[in-house]
Amino acid sequence: MALAQAKRQADMSPTFALPRNLIEAAKRAAKVAAQNAVDVDEKARFPREAFVALKEERLLGIMIPKALGGEEAPLREVAEICMLLAQACSSTGMVYAMHQIKASSLVTHGQDTEFHRAFQRRVVAEQLLLGSATTEGGGVGGDLRSSVCGVVASGDTFTLEKEGCLISYGDQSDAILITARKSPDAPASDQVMAVLTKDQYTLEKTQVWNTMGMRGTCSDNFTFKGKAPLDHIMRAPFADITAQSMLAYAHILWGATWYGIASDACARAENFVRAEARRRPGFTPPGALRLAELLTELNKMRSLVLTSIETYENARHDVDALSAMGFVVAMNSLKISAAQMVEAIVSDAFLICGIHGYRNDSPFSLARHMRDALSAKIMINNDRILGNTSNLLAIYRHDASLLG
Amino acid sequence: MKQTIREILTKTAKLPVPVETLSDDADLHEAGLTSFASVNLMMALEEAFDLEFPAKMMNRRHFASVNAIEEAISAIQTGMAA
Repeated sequence: MALAQAKRQADMSPTFALPRNLIEAAKRAAKVAAQNAVDVDEKARFPREAFVALKEERLLGIMIPKALGGEEAPLREVAEICMLLAQACSSTGMVYAMHQIKASSLVTHGQDTEFHRAFQRRVVAEQLLLGSATTEGGGVGGDLRSSVCGVVASGDTFTLEKEGCLISYGDQSDAILITARKSPDAPASDQVMAVLTKDQYTLEKTQVWNTMGMRGTCSDNFTFKGKAPLDHIMRAPFADITAQSMLAYAHILWGATWYGIASDACARAENFVRAEARRRPGFTPPGALRLAELLTELNKMRSLVLTSIETYENARHDVDALSAMGFVVAMNSLKISAAQMVEAIVSDAFLICGIHGYRNDSPFSLARHMRDALSAKIMINNDRILGNTSNLLAIYRHDASLLG
Repeated sequence: MKQTIREILTKTAKLPVPVETLSDDADLHEAGLTSFASVNLMMALEEAFDLEFPAKMMNRRHFASVNAIEEAISAIQTGMAA
């Protein structure tokens, strides 16, 4: 115990020159997430204990550059953390993923403005949780590349009012990154993104998140009213922000989160088969064949997420490569496939665990996993993404090589 | 070539402002060019100039203005496409 405490202190101490083990820190937070996962799901409440732990472990600012106090954690490490958290509690994994997607935009596009650099220092120092307001109009989802509201500038400040926008963990966010037209009369697609801290906006709740799964993300609808200095608006057009950071980070971190759900469903199926084997030594349990098959599917999903991380890493320093159609198609494909795979894997795990998987109160229960997994294909609807890809096909030709 | 590009823009880009009001280096994305409209734009350009944009040129930067489009087409026509 004393050793664990000492290790934890060593991990957290900024005076240690050696990079700390982020994965071990994430595993400790995941343990807390696991203890509260059932309650979070039952009550559709924010996984606050897990986020207290994530803040204590100082895992919210890890992507921020070292010069600003962060640790410059690469995407693959952040993906591993999302996965670990989702194995314990899907909502915790997804909220963490959404926070880091916002952080990726700050890191990618916020290095040349004083306010955004100072804000990144704050994210690390105060372990701020970043929320996102990109859609509007009362619905869930919608087209994030089109805004109704616009930034209204007056002197050195601006005001912004966005109606009916879905903001996941809006009540718990310490700051919100919000999109709007560059000005009220700008075209709907000419958008900017601004960073507003909690003291700079009010949220009026218009609809409460009461859903089948992913209940702890608390993705309520709000009317957002904010006022802030003009330098809070990021200089890069939102179109560049989506292309160069959001697209890849969103689909890869969602994919990693969903992989965590699939992986925990497989772990439960494995436990079930092992328990059966021990109950009747000498006989291969009937579920074992299905489990063998399930593990090949899990392996496919893992390969997909890892390949996508590699695709991003190869393109990340080249803005042309990031906005090339091939890259967009690859990331869209990841999202669609990963969403389909997590649903199929959890569903197939039922065949192995049987009634014990169907029960809510068994150690092999897959009920929450199934409900959470079903959110994947509608979280930016697969059909909308396929539609976006299909719009490109009049001119797009896939890369026919194997190695790319 | 710029005139042809402008004619194609008028037909395909569906901008909320008349193309004549935009300078050769005006940002077409700021003027409201959506990604869907840019596909139609690329398709019409390929047909009008009898060429194929290589995959690595199909990005926002190469279609950001009349000048950028002209440069992209010239690069392909002279075999200099990056």
